[in-house]
Amino acid sequence: MFDLVTAAVEGALAAGASYADARVMIVRYESMSAKNRVVEGLTQTETAGIGVRALIGSSWGFQSTPELSPAAARRAGERAAEVARASARVTGGPVQLSPTPVVQDSWANAYEVHPLDDVGIGERADLLVAVTGAISDAGIPLAQASHQIWDTQKWFASSEGSRIDQHLVECGAVIDATALGDGETQRRSYPGVRGQYGTRGWELVREIDLLGNAPRIAEEAKALLSAPRCPEKTTTLILGSEQMALQIHESVGHAIELDRILGWEAAFAGTSWLDPAQLGSLRYGSDLMNITADATLPGALGSFGYDDEGVPAQAVDIVKEGTWVGVLSGRDSAPLVGLSSGGMVRADGAARLPMVRMTNVGLLPGDSSLDEMIAATEDGIYMDTNRSWSIDDKRLNFQFGCEIAWEIKDGQLGQMLRNPTYTGIGPKFWASMDMVGGPDEWVFWGTANCGKGQPIQVGHTGHPSVPARFTNVRVGVR
Amino acid sequence: MAWDPSTDATATKGFALADRILALVGDRAEALVTCGQGLNALTRFANSRIHQNMASDHDQVRVRVVTADGRIAQATTTRLDQDGLERLVEGAIAAARLCPPDPEYPGLAPAGSVAEVDHFDPPTAAASPDARAEVVADFVGTGPDLESAGYCSTDSDTHVLVSTNGLRYASRSTMAQVDAIHRAAAVDGPPTDGYGQITSKRLSDLDGRRVGEVAAQKATAGANPIELEPGSYEVVLEAKAVAALLLFPAWLGFNGKAYAEGTSFVHLGEQQMDERIEIWDDGTDPLSLGRPYDAEGTAKGRLDLVRAGVTVGLTYDRRSATLAGVEPNGCSIGQDGFGGYPGDLFLGAGDETLEELIGGVERGLLVTDFWYNRILDPKTQVVTGLTRNGLFLIEHGEITQPVQNFRYTQSVVGALAPGHVLGIGNDAQLVSNEGGIVHVPSLRLASWAFTGGASG
Repeated sequence: MFDLVTAAVEGALAAGASYADARVMIVRYESMSAKNRVVEGLTQTETAGIGVRALIGSSWGFQSTPELSPAAARRAGERAAEVARASARVTGGPVQLSPTPVVQDSWANAYEVHPLDDVGIGERADLLVAVTGAISDAGIPLAQASHQIWDTQKWFASSEGSRIDQHLVECGAVIDATALGDGETQRRSYPGVRGQYGTRGWELVREIDLLGNAPRIAEEAKALLSAPRCPEKTTTLILGSEQMALQIHESVGHAIELDRILGWEAAFAGTSWLDPAQLGSLRYGSDLMNITADATLPGALGSFGYDDEGVPAQAVDIVKEGTWVGVLSGRDSAPLVGLSSGGMVRADGAARLPMVRMTNVGLLPGDSSLDEMIAATEDGIYMDTNRSWSIDDKRLNFQFGCEIAWEIKDGQLGQMLRNPTYTGIGPKFWASMDMVGGPDEWVFWGTANCGKGQPIQVGHTGHPSVPARFTNVRVGVR
Repeated sequence: MAWDPSTDATATKGFALADRILALVGDRAEALVTCGQGLNALTRFANSRIHQNMASDHDQVRVRVVTADGRIAQATTTRLDQDGLERLVEGAIAAARLCPPDPEYPGLAPAGSVAEVDHFDPPTAAASPDARAEVVADFVGTGPDLESAGYCSTDSDTHVLVSTNGLRYASRSTMAQVDAIHRAAAVDGPPTDGYGQITSKRLSDLDGRRVGEVAAQKATAGANPIELEPGSYEVVLEAKAVAALLLFPAWLGFNGKAYAEGTSFVHLGEQQMDERIEIWDDGTDPLSLGRPYDAEGTAKGRLDLVRAGVTVGLTYDRRSATLAGVEPNGCSIGQDGFGGYPGDLFLGAGDETLEELIGGVERGLLVTDFWYNRILDPKTQVVTGLTRNGLFLIEHGEITQPVQNFRYTQSVVGALAPGHVLGIGNDAQLVSNEGGIVHVPSLRLASWAFTGGASG
């Protein structure tokens, strides 16, 4: 495939581009879903194509085609240059690309069992049928299970001379039980509402033991129907690691995207409350808050070898002992704030323009534990598993709902609570974090459905997280 | 003159491709093949410059195979050479044979006829990047002292659908959009945004200057917003805000499968909404951009969902319709297990101008758009989200002051309940939301629950 990406780059350069890069991507994808013992959906997709970026002056152009031939690739490069020329009609200051080493390399993530090639589709289907059966047998009217699998091959070339190929295998699964009450529904999901995904093989799905957890979530969904509503008050809040992953994703991960900070997403995804002038001095949270963006974590969903600009995967400090110190960036955004690219630019396919995306944005472990947090809480609420999420376009004001909660009295978990919600303002909320779970509770959560950009792209992000405790949080908002 | 697919080179290519796939399936299974070809182009700008500009050819086929004992699989590919097509078909058949049978499978749609619609504008299909940049330049030019951001896009699609039991349909469509904000800097406080959009099948309908002037006026008028106490306010929702909300009843309410499973708000035959509310789905309406058939090949037409405030209809694909004991009504989106979705939704217009809707409000809020809307419970249709791109106080029938953005937590169906709809605009238009394109007007509603300030 390197002949194709080379032809595309040459086409763009011949048409006047000062810089060009191209990616061939071939993605095999499978999604399967079952409900109440019946496989209701099975989709297998193979997408292939080549996408070319061309820079002329200070203007970018991008063109993609699904046709994988040298002639089509070269033509795509030429058309990318045409698009770049049109961009010059409404242009701005110069584009400077952060330097990156010229690389010729191959990279692949590790896996034990290839989910498409080493596991029969019948086995994959049988698991979903069995697990929904187990939930149904527990008296649940709506039992659902699904998995998703991606096998992605990429070939990258740039006019600077880099030649990189990568192979990523990703998969994961989710189950849920929905109980129907009078006028409302209650759902419990496992491992989390978005499932658990990683750059791993089918061994990930086997390890999370869907069947073993099916009866528990069924009983919890039924119990939620008769549980009292989460009270409306200001209290101490403990979040489980799954909800913490969502909290990190929404109120840190998106806020630190440099393209948002620079206004490049202002009309759609939004901007950020962060001001680059405060990088290195702004207090984002308490001293216990240590956030990194680490694309090198083995098995995490936001891991890779090189981003889609050919920049090596990196581990970048984002928040260090509560101080904001880093951003998510790419080659054309980083120089605008005096930085080098963090290697965080990716596209969800050959037909889409690469943009700044989260890698594995996660909270580093502290020295506490969920049990210790509960024991240390006189009066509070423990919530877990995300149910709803909404946050403003500057990533400040959030209102999140969880599937389940328990009251905490005198250091003990009390009764279950239904429809728990909490709300806050990002830096105030993070400043109130006073206990953080330890390394034994560190989970690499994977989110396979992060939407961003126009046209919309779906990104795969990782969020290592632990349980944590926050004080003076408004809960029970309706 | 009606479009004739048999003389259209792109449709002919699509039919030939689909026929090759049916031949590869042979008599081993029933099969339904769809093929979509076209171009998606989007010119994006921010900080008043074009910063992302893309064009993407799409050319994709999907096959759905069903074995004699009801084992189903579907597969999609963009690899259209002989190897790619063979891999597609053999993979789908192998997957179907290994999957458990679906006892609820109703069979492929029978052959029939569909309405003649042609939502296609050739100049839009052939639009150049320069043409999109011109719309952007016109928009940006209306705010020389403002920062602008948004996009201008053009899309074209020629689609064919064939099946082993005789379905043979084709359709084509184009869509052009300008969707953007102007942003006014504030001396003290955050900048304020104003928004405008046009969606049409014709690029020539996109007047960048006109929509830019609307956005610029809103951004400028939004400077120095006051803070109001959270609480319930009478509201006028502009069409973009109405579109955002309609997603939730469309997705989780009218869905016949959700209704059968007990998670829908719908009580058929009951007066659940105000008598002024009419909601229907119709991909054959010239005002829509839809196809005359759904993903399974079931013919589309007008499907009433709410008539005079009474919930009268539900959306079905073939599988959910069979389970419910009714006829499918053209709302398959090609995802087995989902149920039905009204992909070409209309909310009926009224006869009042936006100014008249505002003029009737003693004290309330004008909402340009809602943002990051998420449903808390499908059965109650309680949704939370935030206002965006222009929120203004209305006093004694006039806009008096800009207001800082609010978070809301409100039941969509509750807001449309009998007696709660105080006015419907005559400005119904195509607007995009997260579920697609809808055709909706502005609404004046008696009450909307704002539950907190957005900035804290």
